[in-house]
Amino acid sequence: MTTTDSPQRPARPGDHAERAPARRRRRGTTERGFNRVFRWIATGAGAFILATLAAVALFLLIRAWPALTASEDELSDAVGRIPEGTSLLEFVGPLIFGTLLAALLALALAMPVAMGIGLFISHYAPPRLAQVLGYLVDLLAAIPSVVYGLWGFLVLAPVLKPFWFWLGENLGWFPLFAGQVSATGKVLATVSVVLAVMILPIITAVSREVFLQTPKLHEEAALALGATRWEVIRVAVLPFGRSGVMSAAMLGLGRALGETMAVLMIISPGFLVYSLEILAAARHNTIAAFIALDFAEASGLGVNALIATGLALFLITMAVNMTARAIVARRKDFSGAN
Amino acid sequence: MAQRIDVNDMNIYYGDFLAVEGVSMTIDPKSVTAFIGPSGCGKTTFLRTLNRMHEVTPGARVEGSVELEGVDLYGDDIDPVAVRRNIGMVFQRPNPFPTMSIRDNVLAGVKLNNRKMSKPDQDDLVESSLRGANLWNEVKDRLEKPGSGLSGGQQQRLCIARTIAVKPQVVLMDEPCSALDPISTLAIEDLIQELKKDFTIVIVTHNMQQAARVSDRTAFFNIAGTGKPGRLIEMNDTATIFSSPAVKATEDYVSGRFG
Amino acid sequence: MSVETTDATAHTRALLTTADPRRKTTDRTMSVLIWGAFALAMIPLVSLLWTVLVNGVGRLSPEFLSYSMRGIYGGDPSGGIYHAILGTLIITGWATLISVPIGLLTAIYLVEYGRGPLARSVTFFVDVMTGIPSIVAGLFVVAFMTIFLDPGTRLGIMGSIALSVLMIPVVVRSCEEMLKLVPNELREASYALGVPKWLTIVKVVLRTSVAGITTGILLAIARVIGETAPLLVAVGVTESINFNAFDGRMMTLPVFIYRQYSQGLASCQEGDLQCVADISYQNAWGAALVLIVIVMLLNITGRLVNRWFAPKLR
Repeated sequence: MTTTDSPQRPARPGDHAERAPARRRRRGTTERGFNRVFRWIATGAGAFILATLAAVALFLLIRAWPALTASEDELSDAVGRIPEGTSLLEFVGPLIFGTLLAALLALALAMPVAMGIGLFISHYAPPRLAQVLGYLVDLLAAIPSVVYGLWGFLVLAPVLKPFWFWLGENLGWFPLFAGQVSATGKVLATVSVVLAVMILPIITAVSREVFLQTPKLHEEAALALGATRWEVIRVAVLPFGRSGVMSAAMLGLGRALGETMAVLMIISPGFLVYSLEILAAARHNTIAAFIALDFAEASGLGVNALIATGLALFLITMAVNMTARAIVARRKDFSGAN
Repeated sequence: MAQRIDVNDMNIYYGDFLAVEGVSMTIDPKSVTAFIGPSGCGKTTFLRTLNRMHEVTPGARVEGSVELEGVDLYGDDIDPVAVRRNIGMVFQRPNPFPTMSIRDNVLAGVKLNNRKMSKPDQDDLVESSLRGANLWNEVKDRLEKPGSGLSGGQQQRLCIARTIAVKPQVVLMDEPCSALDPISTLAIEDLIQELKKDFTIVIVTHNMQQAARVSDRTAFFNIAGTGKPGRLIEMNDTATIFSSPAVKATEDYVSGRFG
Repeated sequence: MSVETTDATAHTRALLTTADPRRKTTDRTMSVLIWGAFALAMIPLVSLLWTVLVNGVGRLSPEFLSYSMRGIYGGDPSGGIYHAILGTLIITGWATLISVPIGLLTAIYLVEYGRGPLARSVTFFVDVMTGIPSIVAGLFVVAFMTIFLDPGTRLGIMGSIALSVLMIPVVVRSCEEMLKLVPNELREASYALGVPKWLTIVKVVLRTSVAGITTGILLAIARVIGETAPLLVAVGVTESINFNAFDGRMMTLPVFIYRQYSQGLASCQEGDLQCVADISYQNAWGAALVLIVIVMLLNITGRLVNRWFAPKLR
C-alpha cells in the first residue's frame, strides 16, 4: 500500500477528478512521526474493508464446502426438506428460481412507478414542493422490513386476495396467473407487490438524480421545436438518463433479491418446484426466506447446506450490483469526456 | 412564411424583480433584426419572451403583449407549444440531441407533429433543411452518424436545420456565434442572409460588427445600473444606429466607449 | 389590403391555436400518470404508518415498555418489550462503535490520501458492499465465529458485527460526501500555518464537517436498527433481559416483532378473561410502533443536526 501511495509518485491523469485537490497539493519530501502513522491507520481502514469483503466470500465458501461435497444421502439425512435422492443443486435450483422470479416481478412493478415519481419530482412538481415530496418517498426506505412483512401479511394480503381471484378467473390463460388461486392471498404475487414498494425509494432516488442532471440545453432545444412537456421528456430526458435508470433498476433488483423478512412473513412456502403460477399457494420460496425459516432448527451439515444457499445468493447479488456499479462508472467516464 | 411581430409595452418579471421594462417595437417580416447592448441588459430575456421560452424559468411572467400578425401570443386561447413551433429558436451553445443521428436531429421537431411522414418525404425534408442550413454537402455521407460528432460550427448549423425543418414563421437566435470560431461565424452569418428570404429573423449578439454585417434593423438595450430593469433605448435602421444614433448612450456603446 | 390583413391574422391565429389533439391528449395522459405514480406510492406509506399507529398505540403502556416476556405464554396479555428495546440499543450501539471508526477512517483515507488502484478498489467495493443481502451478513458472522466459538453459540456481539458489515459502507459513503464538502482553502490555510497534515485533518477537516458526519452516522444507525434477518441468524431469540452482548442470546425489537408474528393466534378457553387470542399480533404492532418511532426520531434528529449545526460553507 505504501508503495502505491508514495509521495514521489507523479499525479496520474487517469486519477479521479474529484481527487484533483489532493493531487494539486505538494507534500513534503518525507512524512515523519505521527503524520505517517495517521496515514497508515487511514489506509489500513480502507484495506480492512477489502479484507472484510474477501472474508465474507471466503468464510461462506469454507463453511459451505462440506455441503457442496456431501453425498445425496448425507444431505437428505441432515436436511429434512431435502428428500432422498435429491442433489443440492436440485434443491437450490427452485429457490434461485423463486428468488429471481419474485425480484424481477417486483422490479417490473416498481420500475414504471419509480420512474414516474422520479420525473414527477424532477420535472412536474413545483420546485419548492419537490424536496418535501422526495423526503416522503425516502420515508418508505426508513420503514424496517419486518414491519413491511407484518403489514403485508395482515393488511395487504387480504386486500389483494379478491384481485388475485379476479386475475385468476379472467386472465387464467396467462402462464403467470394460471393454476389454483390461493385462498389466503399469501402468494408470490403479494410478495412481489411488497418488494416493489420496498425497492421504490432506491430506484426513485437514483433516477431522480439522473433526470435532474439532464442538460437544460437539450430540454430547451426540444421546447423550441414545439414539444409538449411529455415530448421534452421523451426526446431529451429519457434518452439522456437511460444508463442511469438501468443502473437504478439493477440496484433495486439487488435489494429485492436479498430481502428476507417480507418474503418470509408473507409467503406460504413451497419447495422443489419450478412454477410460474404466482397466484398459487406453496409453489415458491426465496433463498433468503428459506435460510431464515430453517436456520434456527439446523445443525451440523444442515447449517452447511444453508450457508451454501446463502453463498449462491451472495454471488447472484454481487453480480447484479457489480454490473450496476460498472454501468454507473462508465456513465461517469462518458459524461466526463464530454 | 414570414410574419411580423409587434411588441406593446412589455414588462418582464422574475418573481418580484422587474427585469425588462416598457419595451415596444415592431419587427418586420423577412428581415434581420439585431438586439445589441451590454451584458445583463435583458436582451436575451426579452428574446425568450417572443416565443414564450421564458416560461421555463420558475417565477417568470410578463405584462404587455406580443402580437404575431395581430394575434397576441399571450392570449387565452393560444397554446405555448404551438407558439414555439411557429417561432423557432437557436441557442447560444449548439445543442443537437446527443443520442440521435444527424438525420434524426433534423427530423426531431417534425416527428413530434407528424408521425406518419413517408420515408421519401422525410429524406426530402432532411435534404432541403440541411441545404437550407448550408450543411448538406458536409454531412450527406454520414446522416446516420451522431450529431455530436460534428464540429461546433457544423453542430450550430445542424441546430438551424432542425429549427427550419418545422417551417416556423420566425427564427430567434440567441448569440448563435458566441461559442464558435471566426470561420464558423462567417458561415452562420452568410446563412442568416440566406434565411431572411424565407423567415423573419431576430438575433441577439454581443458583437457589434456582427450586428452591422447581418442585420437590417438594430435595437439597442441598456440598463441604468445593477438591480434596475433593462430598457429598449433606441431602435432604427442598422446603418442609422451605427452612423448617427439619436441617443448618446447608443453612440457611446457602438463606438466602444463602454459595454 | 385590410381584407388581406384580416386573412393573415386569422391564419396566424389558426396556427397558434391548433395543436394536434392527439399530442395534447398524450401530454395530459402522461401528466396524470406521473402524478398518479406519486399518489400510488403514497398509498402504502400512508396505509402502513396508519395501520401501525392504530394497531400499536393501544398496546403501549408503561408496563409494555418496562417488562420482558419472561414466563409469558399463550394469550397472557402481560409482559412487554423492555428486553427487546434494551437488546436493540446494546447491539446497535456496539455496531456503531465498530462501524464509525472504520468507516470514518476509510472516508478520510479516500478523501485525503486515496489514490491509485487501492483507493479505486476501495471505492468500488464499498459500493458493492452496500448490496450485500442482510441475511448473508448474518451467515458470514456465524461462519466466521466458528473459528473461536462453538458452532451453536449465539451472542449479541455477533449481531453487532453482522450489522457493522451492513453499516460500514453507509458510513463511508456519507462521511466521504461530507469531507469532500470541506473547501480545500481551509486545508491549505492550515498547512500554510505549519500545521501537520494529520492535525489538519483532525482539527480543521473533521471539525468543519462534524455536523454532516453526525447526520450521516445517525442515518446509518436508522438504516440498520430495523434489520431483522442477520439478528435472527446470529443472535437468536430470548424472552429475558440480557445486558451483556458477550454472553448469550439477546432479543431485539425487529426479531421480537417476527417472533410474535410467528406465534400467531393463541387458543383461548371460552370465558377466560385473562386470555387475549390475538395478543401476539398486538404485541407485534406495539413493538413495530416503537421501532418506527425510534427510526423516525433518528432520521429527524439527523436532518435537524445537519440543518442547525452545519457551517455555512457557501
